[in-house]
Amino acid sequence: MSNLQSLSLYWPELILSGTILLAIIIDIFSESQQSKKVSNWVTLGLLLTLIAVAITKHSPTTLFMDTLAFDPFASFIKSIVIVATILVIVISRNSNEFKGYHTGEYYALLAVMVFGMFLMASAIDLIMVYLSIEVVSLMSFILAGYLKNNPRSNEASLKYVIYGAFSSGIMLYGLSIIFGLTGTTNYFEIRDAVKALDGSADLALTIASVFVLAGFGYKISAVPFHFWTPDVYEGSPTPITAYLSVAPKAAGFALMIRFFNQVFVDGASLSGMGWSSTVSFSWPQLLGIISVITMSMGNLVAIQQSSVKRMLAYSSIAHAGYMLMALPTTSSEGVFGIMIYLVMYLFMNLGAFFVLIYVIEKEGGETFEHFNGLGWRMPIVGLVMTIFMFSLTGLPPTVGFIGKFYLFAAVINAGPAFYWLAFFGALNTVVSLYYYMRVVKAMYLTGEPSDVIAVPSFSMTMIFLLLAIPSVVFGIYWVPVLGWVKESLLLFVQAL
Amino acid sequence: MDNILSWIIWIPIIGMVAIGFVPRGQQDLIKKIAAVTTGIQLLVAVMIWITFNPTDGSFQFMERAEWIPSLGIAYILGIDGLSLPMVALNALIAFLGVFVSWNIDRAVKGYFALFLLLDTGIMGVFLSLDFFLFYVFWEVMLLPMYFLIGMWGGPQREYAAIKFFLYTLFGSVLMLIALLALYFACGKTFDMLLMMERAPFALDGVVWWGMSAIKVIWVLLFIGFAIKVPVFPFHTWLPLAHVEAPTAISVVLAGILLKLGVYGMLRINYTMLPDAVWWFAGAFAVLGMINVLWGAMCALAQKDLKKMVAYSSISHMGFLLLGMAAVIAGGAANGSNLMAAQAGINGAVFQMFNHGTISAMLFILVGVIYDQAHHRDIEGFGGLAAQMPVYSGIVALAFFAGLGLPGLSGFVSEAMCFIGAFPVFRTIVIISTIGILLNAAYFLWAFQRIFFGKLNEKYTGLVDINRRELFTVVPLLAITIFLGIYPRPFLDMIKETMNVLIDQVVIVGGIAGIF
Repeated sequence: MSNLQSLSLYWPELILSGTILLAIIIDIFSESQQSKKVSNWVTLGLLLTLIAVAITKHSPTTLFMDTLAFDPFASFIKSIVIVATILVIVISRNSNEFKGYHTGEYYALLAVMVFGMFLMASAIDLIMVYLSIEVVSLMSFILAGYLKNNPRSNEASLKYVIYGAFSSGIMLYGLSIIFGLTGTTNYFEIRDAVKALDGSADLALTIASVFVLAGFGYKISAVPFHFWTPDVYEGSPTPITAYLSVAPKAAGFALMIRFFNQVFVDGASLSGMGWSSTVSFSWPQLLGIISVITMSMGNLVAIQQSSVKRMLAYSSIAHAGYMLMALPTTSSEGVFGIMIYLVMYLFMNLGAFFVLIYVIEKEGGETFEHFNGLGWRMPIVGLVMTIFMFSLTGLPPTVGFIGKFYLFAAVINAGPAFYWLAFFGALNTVVSLYYYMRVVKAMYLTGEPSDVIAVPSFSMTMIFLLLAIPSVVFGIYWVPVLGWVKESLLLFVQAL
Repeated sequence: MDNILSWIIWIPIIGMVAIGFVPRGQQDLIKKIAAVTTGIQLLVAVMIWITFNPTDGSFQFMERAEWIPSLGIAYILGIDGLSLPMVALNALIAFLGVFVSWNIDRAVKGYFALFLLLDTGIMGVFLSLDFFLFYVFWEVMLLPMYFLIGMWGGPQREYAAIKFFLYTLFGSVLMLIALLALYFACGKTFDMLLMMERAPFALDGVVWWGMSAIKVIWVLLFIGFAIKVPVFPFHTWLPLAHVEAPTAISVVLAGILLKLGVYGMLRINYTMLPDAVWWFAGAFAVLGMINVLWGAMCALAQKDLKKMVAYSSISHMGFLLLGMAAVIAGGAANGSNLMAAQAGINGAVFQMFNHGTISAMLFILVGVIYDQAHHRDIEGFGGLAAQMPVYSGIVALAFFAGLGLPGLSGFVSEAMCFIGAFPVFRTIVIISTIGILLNAAYFLWAFQRIFFGKLNEKYTGLVDINRRELFTVVPLLAITIFLGIYPRPFLDMIKETMNVLIDQVVIVGGIAGIF
């Protein structure tokens, strides 16, 4: 579509841009104590954007001269991003961590980041891929270091910048090799050109895709591009940690799904047909190995943590590994599994982090000791945290199990060549039980029944229930999620 | 009478919700609700037992409802001669378990709520005929168990609870992989009835990395179930969990949970992968022999009475494995000795039930003495026979049942297992009989050390078994004696289903057979 025509399908983003600009203006003209006003406005703007995303329907097409794809898949990722953002805004307003800081631009920056992730969700052009990743990264750097007076937050930001600059540099190099080989930046033209190369440049393509993977892997924190994750997660304000572990990850997976399924494969698999690879090097095996290393590393290191925040950071690495497991299958089942998992992961991971935020506020720390006896003193908090921990482990009847079930099903369905992935995934589930149960153990097995019971404030209780109830209900009856994901499993694909 | 199986599964959940609404102070009310709930469940179980048609070997009281149609998941329940005794046993043990738990005074509300949740989970496993549903119940059972051991257990409870959890979850995830493989092989259905029809043929000749797919799936399932049984070498979680768990939970653990593993093998391995039974029966027999001897020898070495009883469970489960291996006696290669196959399989299921009653009784009795003396050191007692005459009489009977004295139910089922296995696994059976001797040795030796000899000065204050405790033991004892003298009523109930099972292994396994 031409630029002008594209605008008619682009108005969610236009609303979002308007929200960002107005948020900045409102912030300038309001007292520094009144940053709630900004957050109200941003929340409203995001809700409007969500509605706009939901009602903008059109058959899959491309926008702005083939740089962005417009399809249900992009809308799906956008919706997840917006829901996560709204939840994080609500929790940030309730968090003590920002006391003494001016938070007006905090919310504006979050909204800019959402814009970047919108681009990530639909980019089908190498330039756009790079730009969108950079927009998201730059905002993340600032947000990670938002607590100016806190040295750990500064450290987090600095480390994030260095790793981010490094890996996007490598990715840019990879992208330039691809451009050099094919002479184009558009995914579909690249695919055709790669096919025409017919294996004559396999080495260059392998190197290029490993380099590109550095950029993608950095966004979803896959091993060995994960080194920034624990320190950044630990130092950042906890709401931002929660946010980083969910939203950019979803957008990163969207990028990877599009890139690998449309550049290296003819794309037919996404419409339920047989697929054929356009390159001869075995990138599915490469991704499979990365997946296994990612989940194993994340889990094994998580066991040794004494801080729950760090533990959750490593656990989020492990979850990226589980999701990566389904990517090499290059089947619509695999993409389906990842999409289901992203929805389920949103509930359970944000839930776990939100409980952590509450505990940090009430108990003054984030180690396992601070959780001791929590289940007795704060029954509601203990109960919802238990649900989130079981869910992250992947035990029925919680959403975590349903998510894992679809991932495993996709892997098993892909045939014996992938069974080893399922096997390692299963073993890792057992390993992860150990450290998730450490939280449950601290909450219930240590400490004595107490007569003094603390109940969180009404708004906190509502947030907890908002995440905990779906974590169980969708674990028992997940047809609504299924229907939504099924409708959204439609990517723009250009025939070879 | 409609949906009677759903009722028996979900009644405890109703009780659990009711308990949730009781104010925290009212402990007695909570206990009464739990007792009434499990009591009603027991009545329903009795009703099912009475109305069950023993001449029909297929599933009865079937229920079917859609759940997730796009995935082939449905809510299917049914009961046959294999699950019927287990359902009855579970209802009985749960009911008695509430009374065994009467002394619990720490976080009573949580305890009984979790206890009822556990009850639902177990019932669900025995009654579900949808593999997905089966798996969900199987896992749901783990969660309350973790808390019940970890929060109300002994000094090492945290370690015991997580060890139990890790072991069983390891088995479960392997089972999940096997389940998915079977699901795709059987044309994307979790309906166990369909899977039983299709699986034996669907996987015929399929090879994964040079191994037969049937064998791979069989082994995955076997490990998953063997951990629960527990089969050597997956048994190390059991003594620890038993010793640390509170009495009532040990009773449920020994009485029901161990049976789940055997039930799973008979329900899934035997029916869905019948040809692999032929391949694995020898290993079954050998593992059974190791279980019998290893468990008995470990029991002999124990100083802790509860640990001794726990190891005796391992030994008893070994007899049962021998009985299960005997099914191949019915094959043409082994002279089509259907009598032996029937004796073995019926004996195994009978042994499941008998071990459920006997071990439950033993654990309750250990709990009785522990509540008063606050230790379980066998050497630390002495001469209690005069002090607690009724108690020692009952313990004597329970120990005799445990060591398989003729006239008590354990003897009948162990003998049947041996008779069944003898024609095929002669040497193994002969070696295993040493286990009987060892069983007698540790039970009698323990009895002698605790009840005979000079009365320990410290224990002149002990009082005899009270009425509540008697109430929990006597029903079990009565069943043990009754079935020991007259096992027909029980065997008649399961006979037809076992014939169907044997047919599945011998005939279907023979047709599809690739071994």
